[in-house]
Amino acid sequence: MIEVKDVTKYYGEFPAITGLSFSVEQGEILGFLGPNGAGKSTTMKIITGYTPSTSGTVSIAGYDISEDSLQARRHIGYLPETVPLYLDMTVADYLTFMGRIRGMGKADLTRRRSEVVEVCNLGEYYNSIIGKLSKGYRQRVGIAQSIIHEPDVLVLDEPTIGIDPIQVVETRQLIKSLGQDHTLILSSHILPEVSMICDRVIIIHEGQIVAVDDPVNLGTNLSGVERVELEVSGPNREILPVIEQVSGVQSIERIPVSGGAYHRYHVTVDLGKDLRNDLARAIIENNWALLKLQSLGMSLEEIFLRLTIEEEQIPTVGEFDG
Amino acid sequence: MGNYWAVTCRETKAYFTMPAAYVVGALFLILTGVFFVFEISRPFAEAGVRGLAEWSSFFVVFLAPLLTMRLLAEEQKLGTLELLLTSPIREWEVVLGKYTASLLMLFSIQAVTLYYVLLIYIFGDPDTGPVISAYIGLLLHGAAALSVGLLGSSLSGNQIVSAVLGTAVLLIFNFIDRVSSVLSGAPADFLNALSMNVALADFTRGIIDTFHIVYFISVIAVFLFLTIRSLETRRWR
Repeated sequence: MIEVKDVTKYYGEFPAITGLSFSVEQGEILGFLGPNGAGKSTTMKIITGYTPSTSGTVSIAGYDISEDSLQARRHIGYLPETVPLYLDMTVADYLTFMGRIRGMGKADLTRRRSEVVEVCNLGEYYNSIIGKLSKGYRQRVGIAQSIIHEPDVLVLDEPTIGIDPIQVVETRQLIKSLGQDHTLILSSHILPEVSMICDRVIIIHEGQIVAVDDPVNLGTNLSGVERVELEVSGPNREILPVIEQVSGVQSIERIPVSGGAYHRYHVTVDLGKDLRNDLARAIIENNWALLKLQSLGMSLEEIFLRLTIEEEQIPTVGEFDG
Repeated sequence: MGNYWAVTCRETKAYFTMPAAYVVGALFLILTGVFFVFEISRPFAEAGVRGLAEWSSFFVVFLAPLLTMRLLAEEQKLGTLELLLTSPIREWEVVLGKYTASLLMLFSIQAVTLYYVLLIYIFGDPDTGPVISAYIGLLLHGAAALSVGLLGSSLSGNQIVSAVLGTAVLLIFNFIDRVSSVLSGAPADFLNALSMNVALADFTRGIIDTFHIVYFISVIAVFLFLTIRSLETRRWR
């Protein structure tokens, strides 16, 4: 349904995203996870056709977003991160307007308007001026306008940012229910949110994809070991080949230590395998002294650490920008 | 076409429900009213709308950018432009829709000045021809002024900046003929041909010159075209 091929975007000299490629199948909920400034919003803007990419192509439902822009845009419902709304309009007028500029007929519009208002739980505020609604309700109006024309593809950029925790829970449930009849891309910097809602997660960092997986696999991968630090007392020339022979070891790097009668190594192992036991056995069997065996943090884990820390801040800070 | 009309309806409703348009409209009517009184209470004043039309067009230079400043600047500031431009709507539909709404608003305000004309008819005996031609001129001039104002609105996310830009360009366009008085020959003719005041002056005298009609329509076309291009390049900024 969505095909992103080799998309690169430069802001002046600064590359916001480089060589991004992924696709989203019909009916799939894709989470786009990354810290602030990773290029999530830029990607969303390119997918929806607001910003042209520097190179690469995006197609929505088979239509190229720059060549067949109008056709492609017909299939998209979009909620930007800032939730832009006309504050002087009532919810009813606003939904009518957004429906009309997406080419909806009168009968269609009347039917969908009441459906959408029900789905997003806006009935009480149907005739209220949007400017007078709370942030959480504005978010719902934003979601309502994105689905009113029954788009195939729904793009939601940080849909739970800046709303209070109770409304966050409700909004997440709403989004999850929307995922049943839409192909959905959701960006977020909150790991639990993405793992709760999405079928598949793309982790983006500094404009590049660092991991693509389903949330369950990501969880197990995270507890795995990527790099191991070893300190062994013994002859370096003999130790190296022994460690290299342990299955699952990808590479080994000797780290110089000042003065000590031991050697320090950083061993890179296959993602998701914990080789600490095998490494220890190989060393002990050769009668060398194993002084230290420690798994080091991997880059992915570091990213996640930052993500999860930000999630914990939500209840106290309440609102922060993306 | 449906999109264009949807935008026009939304903006027209916004004009008529927001106090800002009433405030600037009222100010315009007060000013034109005061100067209308000055004009007709002069000794040997003629029973016509020439003085009224001159003052009215002068105040439109300030009124038009105030009416249009919100139209695109606010969309940029609120970020709603992002939603608008990711909807299946073309830039020209957005621009023309908003422009039409501003035309409706300005013409509504100018229509109130017909009350002064009514007074002239009650207390005097004006020539109807020049009255009609003056109002045709005023409508064309107003429409041109709005297109300039709309370009200003597309250039900035700040409404004040937008209004100032529009007013500045309009002042130049209106009074460029003043410069020509110190020149002579072809340059003077050229500047006169560019001046909105010169074009309007003939209308107020009862002369409907095709050249002036083409002039105003060209100004409208050029500025609307620039506005559309300006909106298109927004995507790249």
